[in-house]
This record gives sequence, structure tokens and C-alpha cells, in this order.
Amino acid sequence: MSTAVAVNAGPRRGWKSAGTWIGAVIVGLALFCAIFAPLIVPHDPFTQDLNRRLLVPFWMEGHNPDFILGTDQLGRDYLSRLIWGCRISMLIGVTVTIVSGVIGITIGVLGGFFGGRIDDAVLFAITTRLSIPVVLVALAVVGLLGTSMTLLVLTLGLLLWDRFAVVARSTSMQVRNLDFVAAAWCAGCSRFRVLSREVLPNIASHLVVVATLEVALAILLEATLSFLGLGVPPPLPSWGLMIAEAKDYMFFSPWVIVIPGVALFVLVLGINLLGDGLRDAFGTRSRT
Amino acid sequence: MFRFLVRRLIVALLVAATVMTLAFILTRLSGDLAISIAGPNATAADIEAVRKAYGLDRPVLEQFLDWVGRAVTGDLGNSYFFQTRVSTLIAERMPVTLTLGLTGLSLALLISIPMGILAAVRENTNFDRAVQMVALIGQAMPSFWLGLLLMIVFGLSLGWLPISGTGSWEHFVMPGIVLAFSAVPALTRLTRAGMIQAMASDYIRTARAKGLSRASILLKHALRNAAIPVVAIAAVQLGFMLGGSIVIEQVFALHGVGFLAWESIAKNDFPVVQAVVLVLAVIYVALTMVSDLLNAVLDPRLRA
Repeated sequence: MSTAVAVNAGPRRGWKSAGTWIGAVIVGLALFCAIFAPLIVPHDPFTQDLNRRLLVPFWMEGHNPDFILGTDQLGRDYLSRLIWGCRISMLIGVTVTIVSGVIGITIGVLGGFFGGRIDDAVLFAITTRLSIPVVLVALAVVGLLGTSMTLLVLTLGLLLWDRFAVVARSTSMQVRNLDFVAAAWCAGCSRFRVLSREVLPNIASHLVVVATLEVALAILLEATLSFLGLGVPPPLPSWGLMIAEAKDYMFFSPWVIVIPGVALFVLVLGINLLGDGLRDAFGTRSRT
Repeated sequence: MFRFLVRRLIVALLVAATVMTLAFILTRLSGDLAISIAGPNATAADIEAVRKAYGLDRPVLEQFLDWVGRAVTGDLGNSYFFQTRVSTLIAERMPVTLTLGLTGLSLALLISIPMGILAAVRENTNFDRAVQMVALIGQAMPSFWLGLLLMIVFGLSLGWLPISGTGSWEHFVMPGIVLAFSAVPALTRLTRAGMIQAMASDYIRTARAKGLSRASILLKHALRNAAIPVVAIAAVQLGFMLGGSIVIEQVFALHGVGFLAWESIAKNDFPVVQAVVLVLAVIYVALTMVSDLLNAVLDPRLRA
């Protein structure tokens, strides 16, 4: 608990807000699970055992203490698959954000910094990108080329750069006209140096906020695609895929879809809480 | 105003042309279409026959120009699987997707506008924080999972609503709620922000000074201004919803355009896939134009 006392009656924001800390704890836990998944899983997440199919989780009558969250329809330990699934979600969320960030920030900064014709082209690219139905196109690409993690990351990365571009464009447009940029020009700095040393560091906080929210979006989209059977290939335990595989049993044992769904919901909520908190902490209220 | 419209129209056409090109490239990504269409047991002669029959033996550029030429006149080609015209297929399925999209949007507006107004009026109270929490929850909720949960609760446990199909209006309640969920966060936040800004403005102070009732100030004066961006964004949200309905149509087995696309991807039915991408993109572009127009009509300041 924070010992700081709110001085004014206004809402507590940024690091003073409980939401930010809850988000940070959730994200920290998820990162820990993702990195150390092979060390902390209680069972092998891929080993099937048809003798212990659909064991119930700990809060239900007749559970097996060895399998805290029960087992799935093929007898694989649900907790281990959940932890492994966290690794997959975080891996995809972060890598997709890196790919889309590189594309979006490059495009956005170029448009915002240079303006004119270049900016027209950038705006056009953003408009076109927004008109493309993301889920459908991602499904089509994966459906045509086959399911693989690399392909999934590249496809989502190529589709999700719009928010990066919008924010990078508008913020670098503001920074462009500030005095310290003019000073750098006068000092004879090259375009590249002005961009990389003066502009980028000053819009970085905005971009960090966007990146956080993009990780959440990418994780949700990955789960959706995996749920539709065109995301992470089985037997990898993506949370979306776990829900899809358990769907046939959900009317008899609802917990099979509740567990991975709650995990997905909590992780995305946590990342969004952290992102909103960071935005307030950085004082970057410009909404995207 | 006229110049503005013409400019928007030109950009819209350019976007449509770009999406058309991308949709065409998308379906050629897998390499040789004839091999995928002919199936795994096809002989070399079969593949050759398929290639001839579908005109895949022509140069790619010729195929592209042919497709563009036909699409402009409304002919989107023939489906490999259904053996009928793609435009007919899409026209048959469109009512389901549109019904779903409009249901979702209406529900979303019905929920988010009152919530946004109340949150703005009681800014920084617990109610306001609760509304913002609801928006955060809506943002984090995976739509397919929410759909399944609703099916378990309202379809199975309570037995109030049918689980899948398109027979009656009741079939659209659960999918509509799920779809609405995705739009509620953005619309609520926008209404709230708009109302807070409007309530702080001079003309509201004037209205207060004149002694108008609170309801009249809120609904007649403030809401009218706060609603402008909300209405405009609602049109854009409808576009996103139509594109995103593919997941919900699949969960609830609603045979709309999204379901058609999903089936066609599974069956390598490329003409249908590229046509659906194009149609959804064109609808989205049209809706953003509607949104700009609404903005201009509702806000005289933008008409200059």
C-alpha cells in the first residue's frame, strides 16, 4: 500500500493510482511466468494422459491436488499449459509491438517531421491501413500460408502500426517547431541527427504508452486468431487455442473455457491499466 | 464545402484502389493457386485443367486488370466452391452482418451515451470511476470468450436465448451484446470527455445564468455539442464492427459475410476472400465519409 496522502480532492493518477500498481503487478507476474515458464511449470504442458482427462480444478468437489487447475480433454495439466500460454502471449505481444513500432514510428516521424508531400503520403497510408479489416486479412494470410509463429508475428506487425504512426506523426509535428530543434539545425546537425537525438527522445514517452497498449491489442488478436484455428499452431498452448479446443466441453464443464479466458482478460486488463497509468505519469493526456 | 467533399471523394477512391491491389496480392501470396484449388490428390493434368478453367495461366498483370475491370462494374467473379457469382453470395449474406452491426451499434450507443453523460456530470465521483472501470473491462474482454460465456449463462443455464443460428430476432441479442461491448469503451470515453468540455464552456454558464433547468442545460445545450464527435465516431465504429463481426458470426454460427469469409479461407476460395476484403474496406471508407459529412452537417463551424 502506498503511504502517500492525496493532498487535493482530485483523482489519484499515475503512480499514485492503485490501478497503475495493479497493472504493474499483473504485468510483472506475467513477465516472470513468460521468462521462467520451463522452470516453474509443475508438469510437462504437452504430455497427454487419457486416464486423467478433464480433472476438475481445486475449487470443485473431487479434485486431484497434483493438478491444481485440473486437466484438459487430453489429460494435459491445465496450470502448466496456462503458464506456457502466458509465455506465448507475451512473446507474441512484445514481438508484434516491436515490428509494428518500427514501421509505425518510422512512417509517423517522417510524415510529422517533414510535412508536405511526405505527410500526405503518410496520411494516405494510415487511412488505407484503417480501412483494411484486420482480423479478416490476418486470417486470410495465415490460412493461405499456413500457421506458424513467425508468420503470425509478421502479419500482425504489418497490420497494427496505425496507432504508432498516428501518435508519432502528431507528436513529432509539435516537437518540430520547438526551439531546441531549431538550435540543433543552427548547430549544423544532420537530418538524421536531429531526428534521432532531438525528436525521438522527446516523443519517446508517448510512444512507450502506445507500445504498452499495442502489446495488449496484439495479445487479444493472437488469441482471437488462435481461437479461430488460424493462429498459433497446436499443440502449443495459446490461450485462444485452449478455449477453442475446450469449446466442445464447455456446456458440461464451463471451467475449461473460464480459466484461460480469465487469464487472457486479466493480462490484457493489467497491461491496459499500466498503459493508462504511464500516460498519466508522463503527463501525456493526448488521446489516440 | 464542395471542394472538401470532392477532396474526400478522391482520397476515398484512391484508398479503394489501393485496397483492391492489396487484396489481389494477398490471394496470390500462397504461390500457385491452381495447386491449392485442385486439391492434394490432383494429377499434373488436373492442375493444368484447373489453371486453364480459372484463367490462371494468363500473366498476373492481365489477371489483375481483368479483376479490377470487372470489379468496377460490380462483377466480383465466381466462387470456386459455391460455383455462383461472388456478388450474389455477398448480397445474400450481407443482411445478417448488417443486422448484427446495427444491433451492436444501437446497443453500444444506448449504453455509452447515458453512461458518458452521467460520468461527466458526476466527474471524479465513485460513479465516474466505476464507468471508467467498465470501459477498461470492455477493452480487455475477448469478444469470442464473452460470446461463449453468454451462451453458457443465457443459452444453457437460463435457457432464455437461442445459442446459434439466425431464425428470429432473439438470435441477434447475444451477438449484438458482444459486438456492442467492443465499441462501448471508446464511445463512453468520448461522450464523457465531450460533456466535460461542453459543461465548462461559456455558453453553458450563460444558460445557467438565464436560469434554465438542469435537464435542459444538459440535454439541449451540452449534449448537442458533445454528441458531434460521438455521432461521427459511431459511423466509423460501425465499419470496425462489420470487419470484426467475423469472430462473432463464427461463435454464434450466424451466416453473414464474416462467416462466408471464414468458410472461404478454409476452402481456398480466393475470389470470395478478396471480394469480402474489398467490400468491407469500401464500406468502411464510405462510412468514414458519412462520418465527415455528419460532422460538417452537425457542426456549422466545419462548413467553412
